[in-house]
Parts: sequence; C-alpha cells; structure tokens
Amino acid sequence: MHLHEYQAKRLFSDYGIPVPAGQPLERLDDIPGLLRSLGGSAWVVKAQVHAGGRGKGGGVRRVEDEQTLRNAVGELLGSRLVTRQTAAEGLLVNSVLVEQTVAIAREIYFGMLVDRARERIVLMVSAAGGMDIEEVAASDPDAILTETVNPAAGLQGYQCRNLAFALGLEGKQVNAFSKLLAAAYRLLLECDASLLEINPLVVTADGELLALDAKVDLDDNALFRHPQLAGLRDNSQEDSRENAAQQHGLNYIRLQGNIACMVNGAGLAMATMDLIKLHGGMPANFLDVGGGATAEKVAEAFKLILSDPQVEAILINIFGGIVRCDLIAEGILQAISEVDVTVPVVVRLEGTNAEAGLALINQSSLDVLTASDLTEAADRVVASVQARDSS
Amino acid sequence: MSILIDADTRVICQGFTGAQGTFHSQQALDYGTRLVGGVTPGKGGQTHLQLPVFNTVAAAVAATGAQATMIYVPAAFAADAILEAAAAGIKLIVCITEGIPVLDMLRVKAVLRDSESLLIGPNCPGIITPGACKIGIMPGPMHTPGHIGIVSRSGTLTYEAVFQTSRSGYGQSTCIGIGGDPIHGMGFIECLRLFEADNDTHGIVMIGEIGGNDEEQAADFIQQHVSKPVVAYIAGVTAPPGKRMGHAGAIISGSQGTAEAKISALEAAAVKVVRSPAEIGSGMQSVMPS
Repeated sequence: MHLHEYQAKRLFSDYGIPVPAGQPLERLDDIPGLLRSLGGSAWVVKAQVHAGGRGKGGGVRRVEDEQTLRNAVGELLGSRLVTRQTAAEGLLVNSVLVEQTVAIAREIYFGMLVDRARERIVLMVSAAGGMDIEEVAASDPDAILTETVNPAAGLQGYQCRNLAFALGLEGKQVNAFSKLLAAAYRLLLECDASLLEINPLVVTADGELLALDAKVDLDDNALFRHPQLAGLRDNSQEDSRENAAQQHGLNYIRLQGNIACMVNGAGLAMATMDLIKLHGGMPANFLDVGGGATAEKVAEAFKLILSDPQVEAILINIFGGIVRCDLIAEGILQAISEVDVTVPVVVRLEGTNAEAGLALINQSSLDVLTASDLTEAADRVVASVQARDSS
Repeated sequence: MSILIDADTRVICQGFTGAQGTFHSQQALDYGTRLVGGVTPGKGGQTHLQLPVFNTVAAAVAATGAQATMIYVPAAFAADAILEAAAAGIKLIVCITEGIPVLDMLRVKAVLRDSESLLIGPNCPGIITPGACKIGIMPGPMHTPGHIGIVSRSGTLTYEAVFQTSRSGYGQSTCIGIGGDPIHGMGFIECLRLFEADNDTHGIVMIGEIGGNDEEQAADFIQQHVSKPVVAYIAGVTAPPGKRMGHAGAIISGSQGTAEAKISALEAAAVKVVRSPAEIGSGMQSVMPS
C-alpha cells in the first residue's frame, strides 16, 4: 500500500525526521486559513498522487504570491496528473501539499527497503539526490552506497557514520544524519514499511537536513496490526476495478489486450496470460479467483471482466485440486445465466472431476466452448476473437 | 527414494484443530501420511482425528518423535509457529500460511540461519512424495510415484507440471512448492542440490516466475552442479512492470526479475525452457533419455 507524500511526512514528523513546514489542502476555500497558519512568502504546491515523476509532469509548482498559489491549487485539484509512472489517463489529484520553499545547498538520495535476496533491511544513499535512483543504479552503480542491517543488532551508529562521511557530510550534519537514519529505521520497523525513500534529502543553505520528499510503502500483509495506517488508503489512486475485485476476494489487474482470463492460482493466471500472447492474442487482464471458486465468486469475476469494454472473449482456465471441477462447472454455468455474457467463452477444466465438469458444460444450452487441454483452449479463444474481428 | 520426506516421516500439524488444519490433516491421513498428532495451545490432552493434541511443539516432539510439521495457523501467528517448531528441533517445517508480514519472515530467517531446521514456504502448497507422504494442500490422487523432481514457486502451476509428468508416464519422486513470498525458506538451489543427489530422481522440472533473481542464481547452480536433465517454465512474460501479480514476490523492480532475463539465464545453462505451460510434459520427453 502506497502512502501519499503528506501522509508519509506526517509519519516522518512523528518519528523526528525533519520536514519542511507544510499542510495538505483539499479545497480552494481553505487557502486563507492555510496561509495564516503556515505563513511564509513563497511556497511549493505539490499534487498528491501515487506516482513519481510529478515534477516533470507539471504536478509541482513554485509560487510567490497568494493569487498564483490559488491558480496553481485550482488547476491541480480535480485534474488528472500524467507522469512517466502513471497510465495514459493519469491519476486524480484529490489533494495538494503546500509547503514553504527551502534554500537548498545540496541534494542527497536516501532509501531503505527489505532486500529479498539478502533477506535484510538495506540502506542506500547517493550524492546524486533528486535523480531517479533506478537511472543512477544503471548508469553509475558505484555512486550508490549501501549498508545492510543485521536484525539481531539493529541499525548501528557506525553504519550511519560510514554513509554520512562517504557523502561528505561534516560537523553537526553527521550526527543529524545518523539521528535521521535511526528514526527512519524505527519507522520502517514499527510501521511495517517495505520501502522508505527520501529523494531528495536536502542540506539547506543553513546546513540543516530536511526531507524534501517522502515516499513510504506499507506491507499489505502487516496492515492487520496497524489499523490506523490501514485507514490512510486512498482508493481513488487505484484502478476502480482492482478495488472492486479486492472486495470480492478476487485478485484482478487490468492489462491492455482484448482476451480476458479467469484462472485459479496466481502462477497459473500469469501462465494463462503468457499462453494467450504465445498463441497470437493479447491478454486483457490478470485474474486469480483463488482456491474456492464458488458460483458467486465466478459471477463477480464475470461482471468485472465484462466491465472492461475492450474484452472480446473470455478464457476460463481452472485446475481443480481440492475444489472439484464439476462444482466449478456448475458455478460457471450459473454465473453465465445470471450475468449477460455477450462474448465467446472458452473453458478448460483439468484435475479432480474434470470430465464430469466438461460434460456438464457441453450438455448445457449455453454457448460455451470447452477445450481438452491448454493449447486447444488458447487456440480456440484466439480464433474466436479473430473470427469476430473479421466478420 | 525421494527427498526430504518418505513413508516413515513422522509428521505433526500446528493449527491442528482449526478448520484448515483439520481438513488438510484428514486429507494427509487419507493419503497415508504418517501423521502422529498435532498442536493447538490450550487443547493439549484432547484427541482430534483420533490423534493426540499437544499444547506445545516441544511436548509433541517428546511424545511422538515428530520430524516434520505442517503449519496452518493464521498469518499473525505463523512466525511464532515456525520458530517454535525450530526450537523444538523439528527437521522439516512446512508453512502453508499465506500473508505473513515480510518483516516477520526477515526475523524468522535470521534465526533459522543458526538452526538445523529446513523451512518450506510460507505461502506454498507444501511437499509430497507420491504414494508415501503428503504435507500440504495439493490434491493427492493426481500424483504418481516416479522419477521427476518438481520444484516450483507457484501452486497451481505445480499441479500442471504434476499432471503433465504423470500423463507422460514419468511420475514424480518428490514435488516441492517453495512458495511465492519475497522472503521464504528453501529455494531452488537447495532443492536442486537434493534432487541431483537423489538416485531416484532422473529429471527435474523447475517452475519460476517474475520477481527477484532466484531463477538466475539457480541457472548458475545448474550449470555447475546439476547433471540431470532440467525443464523450466517461467511465468509472467506478459506481466507489466511494478504490478503485483498475486504473489508479493512477483514484482519486477527496475530491470531485475523479468521473465526474459530468467529465461536467457536458464537457456545459457543448457536448461530446456518451455514457452508454454502446456509443454512441460513434452519438454521433459525431449530431454529424457528414452
């Protein structure tokens, strides 16, 4: 789960990580009140969306009087911001963060994440602050310095000093930097964050450290023990179909193609997408209906798939394990009769009671094609789309 | 022969009296697994499925000599359950539970480094030696005793590989689902090493997916240490970067972890990589001596 910058910065403040004076804003009418409490004479207005590259996308504006501030806020609120990390339609801007401007002496990159290969928390810093860290990693990997934390000892002072001196920090900045890293480490552990990134972490003209940006991703699996953090979720930043899917225990991700698939199991779902592509089609989605593919769940899955206007055919690929294929077939038939399915449907059932399941479908009056194996299923569904396109 | 488990392996279940634990313990018993009891704190002394229930894993081990455990406790308590099993000296810990926080697993793995216990999972179907011992949620009947070792990050794709290797007449020596989480127990390399050393395993199926670089490391290992034929399938060629495809580990971050990178690494190690999940069985036929 992603947090907005303003939410992450509140957490930063709670943990003692210095951030610029600022406040989030959702309504133009709140500007006078915000300026009274925030003060200052120049501000930065930052669109709050779950994507990077906001600056280049026009989502970060520097303003020096109240009227320009009002104009910037007015333009951003309610608009859709497109950046290199968003889809073409962009993300809805529901709020902006207004901050006092800061005189910057230098910019540093700082990131902390769970490294799956090392099975450790890793800290990364680079003197190339403000740049895309993936680009730095690709073009100049030596410019990224890392420290790996042993969970038994936790983050140590020497590790922070190693990074501080390597960055060329001096005097009281070294201590301030170490304190900031220790606070970030505590935040990551206590909030079950999977990623914490400050890019840029700036040294101000006065020599102070300040988190100018903030990115925090939380581990969805750990939200059960952080109900307050779970409440920070902003569904408007996620695909509405993906949200609906989640509510029904389905795992759905929309893709760009026209052949939808409905599969049990995440690995098999990915494999089914690959199979459609391999046979000359384009998958419209990833959809894992999970182990218990009940009629109700299958019906919801159909509704979800058919709400995508690009879908021209559906491939259902179920490997019955503990769940019996004849029960799944009943569920599919019931769902098709309930939901108005207007595109060709190809079903491949394998595993426990597969023959009985396929027989049920073949005997029904509904227009559903069956396939005896994966290859035939893929061929049939791709052919059905090509037949539609050529007619 | 087989790896890790056989007909003599004494198994307990943690989360024994819960719905999942009960259902899959019964399935394991029906399959012939030597299930010798289970653990549910507070229900020690009771009998469940005609087997003894213990309060602690230590008590279960003392009374039954259990060597392996299958864990079906909820995610919030799973790290504790794994560590309890390791502390009690259980040799093989199979954790089926899905949705364990990644920092919990990070701590668990740090402790297990100093332990002799092996962990399979979490978030996995488990392990089965066909005809002998089933520890997990896989459907037993489709397995056939035989000579192909299967190691996979994905549950249902494992079933696909089992189905196809059964149909093509090879059967399976042992099948292991190592799970889809970013931090997990045994990986491809540990399983490949065991399969290579097992006289009863004549060929290996390896099923990977996008995310991380376990498959690339496995490719290196195969090149240097595996003489048996290996067929691989990698899921996620069509997955868009940055999206989480069901498994927390299956995220392509930056240039790392793409299906194409994994496929090239494996092909460079002379592994037969099949592009379609339907070709696992036929791929095996093409590399096995007839």
